[in-house]
Amino acid sequence: MSLLEIQNLTVEFKTGSGWFRAVDGVSFTVDAREVLAIVGESGSGKSVSMLAVMGLLPWTAKVTADRMHFEGRDLLGMGKAERRKIIGKDIAMIFQEPMSSLNPCFKVGYQLTEALKTHMNMDKAQRNARAVELLRQVGIPAPETRLNSYPHQLSGGMNQRVMIAMAISCNPKLLIADEPTTALDVTIQAQILDLLLKIQRDTGMGLVLITHSMGVVAETAERVSVQYAGQKVEEQPVKGLFKDPHHPYTAALLAALPERAHMKRLPSIPGMVPGQFDRPQGCLFSPRCAYATQLCRTQVPPQQKDLGNALCHYPLKDGVALGHPGKEKAA
Amino acid sequence: MSSEPVLVARDLTRYYEVSRGAFRDSATLKALDGTSFTVERGKTLAVVGESGCGKSTLARLVTMIETPTSGSLRISGNEIAGASKETLRALRSKVQIVFQNPYGSLNPRQRIGHALEEPLLVNTNLSAKERSEKARAMMASVGLRPEHYERYPHMFSGGQRQRIAIARALMLDPDILVLDEPVSALDVSIQAQVLNLIAEIQERLNLAFLFISHDLSVVRHIANDVMVMYLGRAVEYGTRDDIFRNPQHPYTRALLSATPMADPERKRERIVLKGELPSPLNPPSGCAFNPRCPLAFDLCRVNRPELLAHEASLVACHAVNKPEAAPKAA
Repeated sequence: MSLLEIQNLTVEFKTGSGWFRAVDGVSFTVDAREVLAIVGESGSGKSVSMLAVMGLLPWTAKVTADRMHFEGRDLLGMGKAERRKIIGKDIAMIFQEPMSSLNPCFKVGYQLTEALKTHMNMDKAQRNARAVELLRQVGIPAPETRLNSYPHQLSGGMNQRVMIAMAISCNPKLLIADEPTTALDVTIQAQILDLLLKIQRDTGMGLVLITHSMGVVAETAERVSVQYAGQKVEEQPVKGLFKDPHHPYTAALLAALPERAHMKRLPSIPGMVPGQFDRPQGCLFSPRCAYATQLCRTQVPPQQKDLGNALCHYPLKDGVALGHPGKEKAA
Repeated sequence: MSSEPVLVARDLTRYYEVSRGAFRDSATLKALDGTSFTVERGKTLAVVGESGCGKSTLARLVTMIETPTSGSLRISGNEIAGASKETLRALRSKVQIVFQNPYGSLNPRQRIGHALEEPLLVNTNLSAKERSEKARAMMASVGLRPEHYERYPHMFSGGQRQRIAIARALMLDPDILVLDEPVSALDVSIQAQVLNLIAEIQERLNLAFLFISHDLSVVRHIANDVMVMYLGRAVEYGTRDDIFRNPQHPYTRALLSATPMADPERKRERIVLKGELPSPLNPPSGCAFNPRCPLAFDLCRVNRPELLAHEASLVACHAVNKPEAAPKAA
């Protein structure tokens, strides 16, 4: 049984001009001891789908799913109080901006022990001892004195370590890291990624890494799910994804990376991610896709079971679009 | 003097006095501590480093937003230090800047056309009609459509805003363009579009670029020369190929190895640096990098290394420049 199992998750937001679908029929599973990366550009719904799992979306959001199970228990069906016992304890999350995710008015130690107070049956001395142990685990020097620091007294990297310590304080079974290194410098980013992977290996928890950086994906993930405009367009083990991407979007995204370019001009993807009002019919990527045909523009593409579940009429295999009528008929 | 590069800096230095409260003396923050470089027409110098290394201070000095504390800065053969107001005014239009965040650098209440015309309004005597014509021509050349002229910044995506920012920087026909992290706020697919635009502009207008970035894969793609900075000083300076194929300074090596590469098959040893950047208010004695450096030895803690020629690059490191003084690796 998978640790987290999500089928056909859809999240819609109520806006002044109707419902906006931020996540559109996304399915995936996470096992224990596994690192799953969710990669996509801004607006791809990768953060929103994870916030839906955490139950952290505002009331304007409508979350529906055929299945949203954690350890076989239905997260959507259970009561609020019961769900709160899981959230923050068994499922924990690390947010992108450590500086703005920590409360500037409270000391690090207080914020760190808050989850312990809520979820674990510990007295104050035990909580403090655990906090020191956690700070040591995430590599913060002089943890006893750091408990009495405020977030503004620590650097960005140190604050992110505190966030990680907070997230792992109750020994979660699943850790969701939402762009944990985007706000950090390169050398600090390497430290934080190594730390996350070390904790994941030591504790055997499942790790979901949300990121927009293909470099981070290549170096940390085992399995990758690619999202575009709220839909999951492809899922593959990491090596396969980089060697033989099956969805044209994944292929174009990889080709647009400066480090994979062979010429001065980068093969860029024209246009931009569709918004609320210019959502195309058929395949959502069709206006930007080099392979799009009339079929793509009118028919919703099927999932290609054998080819990484690519959501495409003409999935790529070794760079060749299967079943494609040819460039001249494409227009 | 047509042979002189368009931008020449010698020992460029900028210190700030920082107040530390009523009961303590103010401290000197050495944001930029003696940096020399040249950029020629049609070439790109990339300045690489982490936050606090002085790369944004460098941008502020080159664009003449601030004056250097000491050192010499020559733009198109004119010395900045001690120049008259008129000279500075004329030179300022020759150096333009594109900022990192396209959401913050455009006035939300100003139509795009007006934003593009403003530099002309301030600096030239063109008529309203000529200004408008020039703005429309510029919009076409950076890939914006004519109807965008009347629109406001909030109606554009990040990539388009960065196009607008680039167009605005080009309005006064500058010689030098300072690009301060121009693509780091953009998504990968949009980043490629903007990088292509930048490359195309350089070819067309033969501009000198000072490209400030922390993203080494972007730098590798776009730069001719690379200067790696750490805490206000250049630690390595050389051509792109020398820096990326044969990095000498331990910081450059660590930076290269820490940059995630989109290739899961690549096996490599990762040099993970211990610790964080020291505070520039209280830099370590000797080499600023010595507390984090895997090669540091006694000399590094007392004596600051100079930027010396080593193989094809300039490197500021005792372990590289004086290998005989360094202790043998155990």
